[in-house]
Amino acid sequence: MSLNRRTLLATTGAALTAGALRPAFAAAAAPIRIGEINSYTAIPAFTLPYRKGMELAVAQINADGGVLGRPLELLVRDDAGKPDDTLRLAAELVGEQKVDVLAGGYLSNVGLALSDFALQNKRLFVAGEPLTDALVWQKGNRYTYRLRPSTYMQALMLVEEAAKLPAKTWATVAPNYEYGTSTVKWFKQLLLARRPDVKFVADQLPPLGKIDAGAVVAAIEQAKPQAIFNVTFGADLTNFVRQGNTRGLFDGRAVVSVLSGEPEYLEALGDEAPSDWIVTGYPVVGVTDKANTDFIAAYKAKFNEAPKMGSVVGYSLIKSIAAGIAKSKSTDQDAMAAGFAGAHFATPFGDAMWRAQDHQSTLGTYVGRTALKDGHGVMVNWRYVDGASALPSDDMVKTLRPAG
Amino acid sequence: MLSTLAIQALTGLASASSLFLVASGLSVIFGVTRVVNFAHGSLCMLGAYLGWSVLSRLPHDPASFAAGVVMASLGVALFGAALEATLLRRLYRAPALLQLLATFAVLLVMQDGVQHIWGPADLPLPRGVWLRSFVPLLGERFPFYDLILIAIGPLVLLALWMVMARTRFGVLLRAATENRDMLSALGVDERFLFTAVFALGAGLAGLGGALSLPENSANLGIDLRVVTDAFVVVVVGGMGSIAGAYLAAVLVGVMQAMGILLLPKASLVLVFVLMALVLVLRPQGVLGQKQTQENDGERFHRVRAAPPWQRIAGLAVVLLALAVGLAGGDFARSVLEEMAIAVLFAASLHVLLGPGGMISFGHAAWFGIGAYAVALTTSTLAAPLPLALLAGVLAAGAVAAIVGLVLVRLSGVSLAMLTLAFAQIAWAVATQWSEVTGGDDGILGIWPPSGLGARLFFLLCLCLSVGGVLLLRRALFAPFGYALRASRDAASRAAASGIDGAKLRLAAFALAGAAAGLAGGLSTFSKGSVFPGSLAIFRSVDALAMVLLGGVQSMVGPVVGALAYTGLFDTLLLASDYWRALLGITLLALILWRPQGLVK
Amino acid sequence: MSLFSAQNLTKSFGGVAAVRGVSLSVDAGEMVALIGPNGAGKSSCFAMLGGQIAPDRGAIGLDGQPLSGSPLDFARAGVARSFQIAKIFASMSVRENVQTALLAAHRRLWRFWRAADTQAMAEADTLLARVGLSTLAEQDAATLAYGDTKRLELAIALAARPRVLLLDEPTAGMARPERRAAMQLIASLAADGIAVLFTEHDMDAVFGFASRILVMDRGRLVAEGSPAEIAADPVVQAVYLGTPDGSQPRAAGLSAGA
Repeated sequence: MSLNRRTLLATTGAALTAGALRPAFAAAAAPIRIGEINSYTAIPAFTLPYRKGMELAVAQINADGGVLGRPLELLVRDDAGKPDDTLRLAAELVGEQKVDVLAGGYLSNVGLALSDFALQNKRLFVAGEPLTDALVWQKGNRYTYRLRPSTYMQALMLVEEAAKLPAKTWATVAPNYEYGTSTVKWFKQLLLARRPDVKFVADQLPPLGKIDAGAVVAAIEQAKPQAIFNVTFGADLTNFVRQGNTRGLFDGRAVVSVLSGEPEYLEALGDEAPSDWIVTGYPVVGVTDKANTDFIAAYKAKFNEAPKMGSVVGYSLIKSIAAGIAKSKSTDQDAMAAGFAGAHFATPFGDAMWRAQDHQSTLGTYVGRTALKDGHGVMVNWRYVDGASALPSDDMVKTLRPAG
Repeated sequence: MLSTLAIQALTGLASASSLFLVASGLSVIFGVTRVVNFAHGSLCMLGAYLGWSVLSRLPHDPASFAAGVVMASLGVALFGAALEATLLRRLYRAPALLQLLATFAVLLVMQDGVQHIWGPADLPLPRGVWLRSFVPLLGERFPFYDLILIAIGPLVLLALWMVMARTRFGVLLRAATENRDMLSALGVDERFLFTAVFALGAGLAGLGGALSLPENSANLGIDLRVVTDAFVVVVVGGMGSIAGAYLAAVLVGVMQAMGILLLPKASLVLVFVLMALVLVLRPQGVLGQKQTQENDGERFHRVRAAPPWQRIAGLAVVLLALAVGLAGGDFARSVLEEMAIAVLFAASLHVLLGPGGMISFGHAAWFGIGAYAVALTTSTLAAPLPLALLAGVLAAGAVAAIVGLVLVRLSGVSLAMLTLAFAQIAWAVATQWSEVTGGDDGILGIWPPSGLGARLFFLLCLCLSVGGVLLLRRALFAPFGYALRASRDAASRAAASGIDGAKLRLAAFALAGAAAGLAGGLSTFSKGSVFPGSLAIFRSVDALAMVLLGGVQSMVGPVVGALAYTGLFDTLLLASDYWRALLGITLLALILWRPQGLVK
Repeated sequence: MSLFSAQNLTKSFGGVAAVRGVSLSVDAGEMVALIGPNGAGKSSCFAMLGGQIAPDRGAIGLDGQPLSGSPLDFARAGVARSFQIAKIFASMSVRENVQTALLAAHRRLWRFWRAADTQAMAEADTLLARVGLSTLAEQDAATLAYGDTKRLELAIALAARPRVLLLDEPTAGMARPERRAAMQLIASLAADGIAVLFTEHDMDAVFGFASRILVMDRGRLVAEGSPAEIAADPVVQAVYLGTPDGSQPRAAGLSAGA
């Protein structure tokens, strides 16, 4: 079922052509160009559904008359997970393709690099997936907006649950880059604030995509923690879980895990998906509210498969950009940088908005537990946590965000 | 604690087996054909994907697993034979570096090929019950499959040993490894032997790839990860020695596992430190045999100053760049800055490859050290731009001089591998010492001061690049360059005439390092950031490709090569999602068409 | 006391003794030939005298001072040499070869600015004239005929203004008239006061030009004397023609024109 790139490119082409040819637009209405950069070959499990989500949103918006009377046009680039390549592509999108909005990013370090590029070149950058809170706080700038709940927010959502566990000794395992270190930092800080009796006994920071899972699992086992906080994802997560299962690392231990409830990561685990982990994710088969089911139906109709978390992020990203431009009434960079703040937009998870104080959106995520059903991992006992409820006070944000 | 160490050691042994299979293949191929096969990791990756395709269709029992793994391995062996017969065979007479570049091109093509066939997503192999089972060991649960892996290593070693000792093929193989001239004396069809050896090596790599499936999904990152590890193992064990490869694989595997337990922050750097140590203390590797000097047969061409038309053309190119950069937009300027930086970087490598006669396989180290030094002095010391650039030049030059003390004693493949080891150490430090270097996040926001303006910085970049190249050129045509070349042309003649080759090469190293450091520093300001990628193996290969494409014989070669390569790279990157394959195919075409480089 | 001397030089490779206690001396203006069958140890001897390999035992002296260390030390002390297979700098013109050697002799290698091919030109041309390569000065050194390559190497060696000149088969690969000219040239160098030690297979060259002859066999010096003495020496005849007891001659076919 995995789409290969050829078919993917073909569908993109078709979608864009269809959009551009729609008679609703006057011939003179130049499209609004969104230049999007993401790790399509490095993190395909997430970014391919994400790309489809974007395409769905672009098609819907163009069918409804576009934004400011102009159709949206999407230009997609693959950064292969390398921040150096990303900057080259950003320069090309801005300099050659004259895009109006720069968007995208998956890895947090790539996101930070793009944000720095945006500041230097005074271009709007709307980050979809990069989770590090540095993007909107420590290194936040007036040109950068970020959609998904941050490392702080995800950690906070999970700490609510983790603090209720009896476990007193914890081990952490996280990929060794901004996202991993930032999430672990917040988890420790927030958990210790609620549970001063807790101790962290082991920290593993395997390089992203290169986990030596057997050795990492054995090293954690050796520390004998009562609970484990996991931040790995994708291929690292699959290898970690497999070794952990065989070696019994998860037996009798609570595991709290970021993003692991997202279908793209659960799916790869197949029937080895863990049970009863506390996770953030997207219970795509369980949701019943109208925003979600409408989105799922439209997505299935277009792509003949169920959406994943990436689909939601890609879809919402385009919606949020469209709303921001509509509110700014212009594609002037400074007008948009100011005008996005306060814009409301519809997402599959319900209404969300761009906060003025830190350019973080209030899109939330689901918190629940994993379970194994018919040989597949699913999320159960979930609840939606609105992003707005997982953010610190405005005063705290002020201290965290020097850029103001 | 003791039992923990034991478990960790066993875990390391299990990963050592896969590593050994891949590395032994690399070693056998090198021993016989003298080709350093950069695409060896790609063969391992192909084994994993083929294995996935076969195994996910077979029942999940041990017998089917074994059958599937063997099928995948045979498939890769066939592929390897075809690769040898169609491509590598044409390159045996080419210089060693060109062969390396060709196999690198194969790596690029295979990466896109595999992605085209299997898609970009990781493919985890569903594990049958027996693959999930464990045995109780020292109070822990130890994966049963790891025990099998531990056993496979020595079994394959034994099988290879039997082949070597008992079969005619083995005798020929050993003869070819130890003394190539003996082959023709024995009346052996070299072509068949080489194809067979390549198939054997590829099959071993494929076996390693397929066997790694239960613990690692088939993914597109296998090729580079595996090939660097395999290089370490082969170098440590000794080029061409299979027993050495096993010993080294065990050493590396156990060291990595222990590193994760004891020094998790330094896990990446350990293996390369081991490699560097071995090369310094015993350049031929633990069980390797001393390589005889093979440079004697190399023909060197007369080096002349560029003729007037080339100088005029060069001036025209600089003026054109100036006009486009000053009149054009931001993107044109950033492309031109990148080209200017590439030209200086390639010219600095040329000093080593050409007049220095030293194969450097880790030139990115100096580029990256310069880039980081500039970023760190700017971000932490708030140094003004000229001082920061100076710091970059000095840091890279100084480290190159210190490392050079060890490097200039080696030659040939050992030297190339030691430069690689140092570059990888620098890369690992940049990646894992995140407190200072920011790790994978890099250091951001290092833009030229706003007072300077984009055009002025472009001007500065162009001036420093052109100026740097001209300075290097002067040095090479000055007595220093002649003496360096004399030592390369005929080392013993030069020494008998009182020319101290080692000292000259050391100076060349420092000079080239400093120039590369300047290129790196400029790139930091040009991109506003630096990442570990600036030290990565890819960047070293980029530089090699530029110099070899252009031609190593003259100073004009690397300049033309850098412009051609950067232009090609940028065009392909933006033109197609299959830019890697296109780049690889173009490289191969150029190598076959113009083995001496674009500039004769 | 002679200018250049060696006492008791001894060298073995992996248990095989190549040179066993050789002592010799060469005076300024002398032209001494070192001869012997293949494998007698001449090349190893030369390598020790030139500093290319270190002796296991024994000492080398120049002007009464002990001489040891690397080829660089020997070169700087005034010992120059040629190699059995002539070695030159293939990426340079003929003149540049000599210029580079001259720059090395003048200790002017560590200069990074002025172009090397404009330096020491007159001096280089003088040397080229002396070895008879004036007309080929601009040619690529790699394209020289072998005899010319030998002459170029001699010019390179002379660039150091050596006091001692070690020449390993200086006429190998040359035609007969060429050979004679080359030996006359070398004799003129000796006449200028250079101590010349040479090996040679061509017996006409040895007996026609050497002022003294040393004969080596199996790592030892077995005879020493004037050409006339050596020609009459029964030991030398045994070495070259086989012993009276009927064993094979050890150097058959090598005595002339090999």
